[in-house]
Amino acid sequence: MSMTGSAGVTDKRGIRELGAEEKVGWDAVPQGVVLTSFDGLLDKGAAFIKPEERNYSDFNSYTATVASWRVIKPVYNRDICIDCQNCWVWCPDTSIVSRDKQMLGIDYDHCKGCGVCVEVCPTNPKSLLMFAETMDNDDALASWPEKKKKAKK
Amino acid sequence: MAEKFELNEVEVWDGNYAASQALRQAQIDVVAAYPITPSTPIVENYGAYQANGYVDGEFVMVESEHAAMSGCVGAAAAGGRVATATSSQGFALMAEVLYQASGMRLPIVLTVVNRALASPLNVRGDHSDMYLGRDSGWIQLDAFNSQEAYDLSLMAFRIGEHLDVRLPVMIHQDGFTTSHKAQNVRPLQDEVAYKFVGDYVPVDDMLDFSRPVTHGAQTEEDWHYEHKAKQHKALMDSRKVIDEVFAEFKELTGREYKRVESYMMEDAEVAMVLLGSSVETAILAAKQIREETGLKVGIVSPRCFRPFPYDLIREELDRENLKAVVCMDKSAPGGAMGALFNEVSAAAYSTKARPIITNYIYGLGGRDFSIDEAKRIMNEQKAHADAGYITTNIQQFSGVRGPKLGFFETRRG
Repeated sequence: MSMTGSAGVTDKRGIRELGAEEKVGWDAVPQGVVLTSFDGLLDKGAAFIKPEERNYSDFNSYTATVASWRVIKPVYNRDICIDCQNCWVWCPDTSIVSRDKQMLGIDYDHCKGCGVCVEVCPTNPKSLLMFAETMDNDDALASWPEKKKKAKK
Repeated sequence: MAEKFELNEVEVWDGNYAASQALRQAQIDVVAAYPITPSTPIVENYGAYQANGYVDGEFVMVESEHAAMSGCVGAAAAGGRVATATSSQGFALMAEVLYQASGMRLPIVLTVVNRALASPLNVRGDHSDMYLGRDSGWIQLDAFNSQEAYDLSLMAFRIGEHLDVRLPVMIHQDGFTTSHKAQNVRPLQDEVAYKFVGDYVPVDDMLDFSRPVTHGAQTEEDWHYEHKAKQHKALMDSRKVIDEVFAEFKELTGREYKRVESYMMEDAEVAMVLLGSSVETAILAAKQIREETGLKVGIVSPRCFRPFPYDLIREELDRENLKAVVCMDKSAPGGAMGALFNEVSAAAYSTKARPIITNYIYGLGGRDFSIDEAKRIMNEQKAHADAGYITTNIQQFSGVRGPKLGFFETRRG
């Protein structure tokens, strides 16, 4: 269920199904529908803490998985990728995981399978391609297309 | 540090000036406003205080009242003490955001100078805008004169910002009859007023980066109901805090406020229930009628319109000697009985005394409500009381030209 690549041991990414939280009564809901992003206090700005090291609260959508919404998925091919970060910039759900400008893989707990990452990938052949959700990633990589030749003038 | 404003023990202020001075003394962090008649001078005066160094906070001129209240919501969520003022059409344009403010539990203070709602366009005072706000989840306090507009504006911050309440508060005063009528006002000195209001205590503020929070989340059928229930309970429970703040203010100033004000009710045979500047007219009429004919008339006035004081209204009306009550609504009722009639009747229904209750619509668009007309209506209540049933239509219009206008006959026997 977690991303391709290394996740920290504290990573709470996708630990629950969306909507599966405990349904507490009116007396226990937070005042004013104010939702905390993290448990406890941060000693520095959240932007300076890696996602897998943040102490996400149960209210945070990071802890919910929406993988079941997807019918096709992007598969990532490390051998072709040039780490241009285009997919990371364009992904509408911050589901491209990149550290120190090196692409690590896809957060399959939050990716909705929209295919924007594939559209914006500039390599030839593309380093990201869409496959059926049911297809095994290794099989997908084995069926990767060859480089396309430029048409003769 | 804001400049101190020199104030005399007694000042001659109209309701607008009184309200603006209270806002200045509360040292608000952000006022986002779009001025509208008749509340314009509140915003205008506040802008002058800010420009002349009497206010440390920000003053934001926005492009509409919807934006004004939106700015207030943003600033309050960020963690500041926030207030604004409006009237009528401006209030109507704010309506959507009023519900956001109360649902988000942001203790914004809104000074509403009551004015009729168009159409036809009218700048004079009636209670259409105040009534429009009655389901918005705000605490609504009603001032009958300039002094009360000042006092209640200061108390509004204490009530709304109380950690057991955390709800927005409106202070209402009548357009022109209160807002533009200069009266003696005894203000508090700046340091005394600020000490009473106290420093703002932020709750779940967005500017606390050590604890990032989401404000204004969406909830659907699985969560919305619980949040609205919790919000309603906070509003109902605010009665206790309102009483406490009123008591503390009395200790400081000697001026007493109650969620329901009543005058001469101990021995009253008939009572008139009404709001706003008309209350003082009704008190004068009741005193005159007592001297002239001996008819014992009492006056009941909800100081706190929301949360509606069912408890105290019931106490006031559950008197063996009380036979007839007239509820005066200064707002076009839109195909129903007046709101005050509905609320008061509901409260009185569970009393033992069960007085006869009728409804008058009056004063729309600033139509004058005279002492003579008040006395005529009071005498009519005596006729109901003597007959033992309602001798007129249940709802009537007071002071409107043309043939007599009324609706719903009583079903007697």
